[in-house]
Amino acid sequence: MNAVYLESVGILGPGLPDWATARRVLDGELPHRAELPRPDPPQLPPNERRRIPQLVRWALAVAHEALAGGERTAAEVAMVFSSSSGDGEIVHKLCEAVTAPEREVSPTMFHNSVHNAAPGYWSISTGSQQRSVALCGHDASFAVGLLEAVALVLSEQASVLLVACDLPFPEPLAALRDITLPFGVALLLSPVPGKRALASWRVSLGAGPEPARFPHMLPAALATNPAAQALPLLAASRGGTAQTVSIVYVGDRHMTVETSPCR
Amino acid sequence: MRPLLMTQFSTANPLGLGRAATLAALRERRGGLRAMDLDGVALDTWIGRVAGVEEEQVLARLAEFDCRNNRLAQLGLRQDSFDAAVAQARAHYGPERIAVLVGTSTSGMEHCERAYRQRDPHSGALPGWFKERYSLNLFSVADFVQRYLGLSGPAASISTACSSSAKVFASAARMIEAGYADAAVVGGVDSLCLTTLYGFDSLDLLSRLPCRPCDAGRDGISIGEAAGFALLERPGREEGGVALLGYGESSDAFHMSSPDPSGDGAYAAMQFALQRAGIAPGDVHYINMHGTGTPANDRIEDRAIFRLFGASVPCSSTKGWTGHTLGAAGIVEAIICALCLEARLVPGTLNLDRIDPAFASCVTAAAETRDLRYVLSNSFGFGGSNCSLLFGRPA
Repeated sequence: MNAVYLESVGILGPGLPDWATARRVLDGELPHRAELPRPDPPQLPPNERRRIPQLVRWALAVAHEALAGGERTAAEVAMVFSSSSGDGEIVHKLCEAVTAPEREVSPTMFHNSVHNAAPGYWSISTGSQQRSVALCGHDASFAVGLLEAVALVLSEQASVLLVACDLPFPEPLAALRDITLPFGVALLLSPVPGKRALASWRVSLGAGPEPARFPHMLPAALATNPAAQALPLLAASRGGTAQTVSIVYVGDRHMTVETSPCR
Repeated sequence: MRPLLMTQFSTANPLGLGRAATLAALRERRGGLRAMDLDGVALDTWIGRVAGVEEEQVLARLAEFDCRNNRLAQLGLRQDSFDAAVAQARAHYGPERIAVLVGTSTSGMEHCERAYRQRDPHSGALPGWFKERYSLNLFSVADFVQRYLGLSGPAASISTACSSSAKVFASAARMIEAGYADAAVVGGVDSLCLTTLYGFDSLDLLSRLPCRPCDAGRDGISIGEAAGFALLERPGREEGGVALLGYGESSDAFHMSSPDPSGDGAYAAMQFALQRAGIAPGDVHYINMHGTGTPANDRIEDRAIFRLFGASVPCSSTKGWTGHTLGAAGIVEAIICALCLEARLVPGTLNLDRIDPAFASCVTAAAETRDLRYVLSNSFGFGGSNCSLLFGRPA
């Protein structure tokens, strides 16, 4: 399998307010602080901005960080968006609305409920007419999104912005899903290494080995967030040597990523 | 791109169960829509229901997946010997070399709505029988299909609103081209639920009559439910038949629920599909429109088609037969295109009395029989998500 290149990263999670901080936390240079960040409001007119759902805010914040100061603009990269549970707040409000006697649904909430709301708002706010897709693989949503992104990079020789994001459900749905901390990540992947490329990745599916351990300096509760399955891979990609990382895939299968540093 | 043969395909949709029932309804101009008759829903609209979905019992070994959407998925998988065809491909390629990519917009949302009606009046807790993973979660349907078919390759649910099960073809082509799979089961399953019915109603997009795509008096969509599946593989194990020859995707960058009046996104998706297939606009013999029956969609799609194809390529919408099956629309219309290619049928448009006089493309109402080589299918979704697929009979 050919390699793809990790060009840049956007990240948002508890104690991980941006990639510059997160990489130092993963390297052990900075202690982890359990502060919950708030995503910056997206670049949209105020009346549009107000209507942006939480999950989209998170997705757009990490997507913008991954492209900031780089060689690629939004108009040049396809987007692969992956999330296990979408926007739980919206699911909850829609379910309450349609089971109430009046059955009054907010039209804005309804169109915001689509799983591709994040790529849709990304396209609207950046003007990019690039193709995009939105996927789900339950607990394996990060690996499912990564495979889609890598297949797109390799088959179309295109640069792809992979965005994975999962937020806790509100009650009563929260009781059904063990996601207690929010996390979002954006990875810019390309078919040939750019000047700032961080690592080369060779991605394959197989029966094992067991998934990598979650970085010890991060809160254990983050390990159940599907999008946070990117963190062991990012931690290994920070190392100065080639490493092999295993990530949970669908069923009893695992995804194996051979990562090598780019000089 | 290198062609991918559709070596088997199956469907369960408002026209009936299986390919033969679907083709017969197209030929006989028998629509599958009926006045709203779901329990307790007072909306003045028409819907497309699939007969037998309520009675379908999911396999005992997959009982925890039971919900309307997965019952519908199973009903689709059982038609047209689809499961048997996949079993043969599985023996040939190995279960880990066949991808499962299923489009859905709401998955088991209907099951979640049921759970919300049974919340504990004191604590607000949802009932114990409701498991997010096996119904509400979008992956539920792809998980169910993969397990039902005994496959273990790449798997995903793709959810881009009404382009979901067109996008699965693009994803499958990439997965095979990149070497992650040798074949793919692509599909789409969406089932009726209150959220989509009342949601589209809140946007004033529901017609009070059976939807009338391209008609001067069209006033909205009729929502339908459907399942469809196709087995895609490179020529070799089998030859001939209908092939996916190209796909094209784009984003509108305009609005979450209104299509871009310029039609640039729709135009780009169609153009990319032609480019990838290496085919000129004049080579296309039929276009199956997205054609939802809303004033804006059909007007903008007509302009985009005219800009690329002129007025010589017959185009029509088949949503007057099936309703708009949302996340299943892409695969249902891909299957209709395949049936039409095989039967040399240009199906025309149902419920079309008077073509919108502002339209410039070659919209057809009546069916005609003609030799078809290449056909194009359009799917456009909320979020400005566009996908066009080009099918044909390879030389």
